[in-house]
Amino acid sequence: MTQIVIIGGGQAAGQAVASLRQEGFEGKIVLIGEESTLPYQRPPLSKAYLSGAVPAEKLLVRPEKFYEDRDVEVHLGTTVTAISSDQKTVTTADGTFDFDKLLIATGSTPRKLSIPGSDLNGIHYLRTMADVDAIRAQMADAKRLCIVGGGYIGLEVASVAVSAGLSVDVLEMEARILQRVTTPFMSAFYHQLHEGRGVKIHTETGCSGFRGTDQGVTHVQCGDAEIEADLVIVGIGIVPNIQLALDAGLACDNGITVDDHCQTSHPDIYAAGDCTNHPNPILGRRLRLESVPNAMDQARTSAANMLGGDKTYAAVPWFWSDQYELKLQMLGFSADADAAVLRGDPETLQFAQFYLFDGKVVAIDAVNSPKEFMVAKQLFGHSVAADDLANPEVDLKSLLPSA
Amino acid sequence: MPSVKFIEHNGTEHVVEGNNGDSLMVIATSNLVPGIDADCGGECSCATCHVLVDGEWLSKLGAISETEESMLDLNPDREPSSRLSCQIHMSDDLAGIVINLPEFQY
Repeated sequence: MTQIVIIGGGQAAGQAVASLRQEGFEGKIVLIGEESTLPYQRPPLSKAYLSGAVPAEKLLVRPEKFYEDRDVEVHLGTTVTAISSDQKTVTTADGTFDFDKLLIATGSTPRKLSIPGSDLNGIHYLRTMADVDAIRAQMADAKRLCIVGGGYIGLEVASVAVSAGLSVDVLEMEARILQRVTTPFMSAFYHQLHEGRGVKIHTETGCSGFRGTDQGVTHVQCGDAEIEADLVIVGIGIVPNIQLALDAGLACDNGITVDDHCQTSHPDIYAAGDCTNHPNPILGRRLRLESVPNAMDQARTSAANMLGGDKTYAAVPWFWSDQYELKLQMLGFSADADAAVLRGDPETLQFAQFYLFDGKVVAIDAVNSPKEFMVAKQLFGHSVAADDLANPEVDLKSLLPSA
Repeated sequence: MPSVKFIEHNGTEHVVEGNNGDSLMVIATSNLVPGIDADCGGECSCATCHVLVDGEWLSKLGAISETEESMLDLNPDREPSSRLSCQIHMSDDLAGIVINLPEFQY
């Protein structure tokens, strides 16, 4: 085999390049990314990069020299316009590339609002380094930020912005923030946390439009009510980038359909990251995940299998979120549980909520509790006495399967 | 530039150079040293960059933070010399440091 093409320039693409070389592939690697930046870490964008604590060069997953030294042909700022699965070519404005194997790592795009005024200056989405550069440029002079969407991105931005002295409103359509992704208990905890820090949260409040001047947005409209804002960040979810795959005739269903080897419906085409709909053999169902660990693991799996390996992707999903001085680490899905066990006291901002199904650990939300998170990783799928988990006097080590 | 010697669990050695200020995790991944996953990118959130610091070098490192200690505490391969490589930053004092890699990351 001589040539592998990777479409995408995110963390899955970056990891795939590294894994291919690490696995000993000596042929040509072509990476085609739409953004103008080499693969970088996305999670800090709504956290330390937004706050200014971490500079851009620290976000690159590997330095520019890495790609030169490893002989990777990198095309940045380049849009792929078509994949031909029959001819095994990828077409861009710059030309056409042949591939023996192709990895689609196109990621996802923020869901857009299409309501009156949504193209006013000062209204942003947050996905790329360029997005955050634009936000930061306006944040310096902004007074009133309105965040549309009470998900993790929105709440991370809220914590940075209110800490920087801005007035912050969060609009959430559902009855509680984080409704799609966590339990009422955790929603209530974060609601209280943010309100305590000065963020105003408006639940059951949809955004119906924006009002402004030539200079930019001045008001966010919620039905009959209006909220003043000179900066707006919309975080209402993402949609997987599957159009190229669809046009190429690959099977897609809420993501590019892959098997547990990250192979699409075409044997020479693989996919990794946010854009995939993949089976999870541990959970026994298909998932589409918006998660860095998933992107990295699928990239490693794809790389091994494109080179003729037989690697299965089977991992328990995990996520993290930093807000204020709180580090939240999550494993599994709390929606799978029939019982919850609290260890620690939320008032101290250090606690873990374990989730069980049929007496077995299926998920955890750990706030400033890395040890509990690591325990849950090892206890996943194992039966454990709820009373022991809840009792801070019981040493967590004694609960491990090997103990 | 100061160098670091990474030794894989199977004995394979990798002597690589790094910039002062870069974490050992970044130096390892930038040089394709196998055995360090670093899924969280250096936020001390995942514990998949576990390393074992060789002998005398351990005393030259700064104190371990509470978060790092907690992340390492339950690792089945935990040794007294265990550290998370994202939390160790290169400096002239560490030039030539020797790092052993565990067989697995959890």
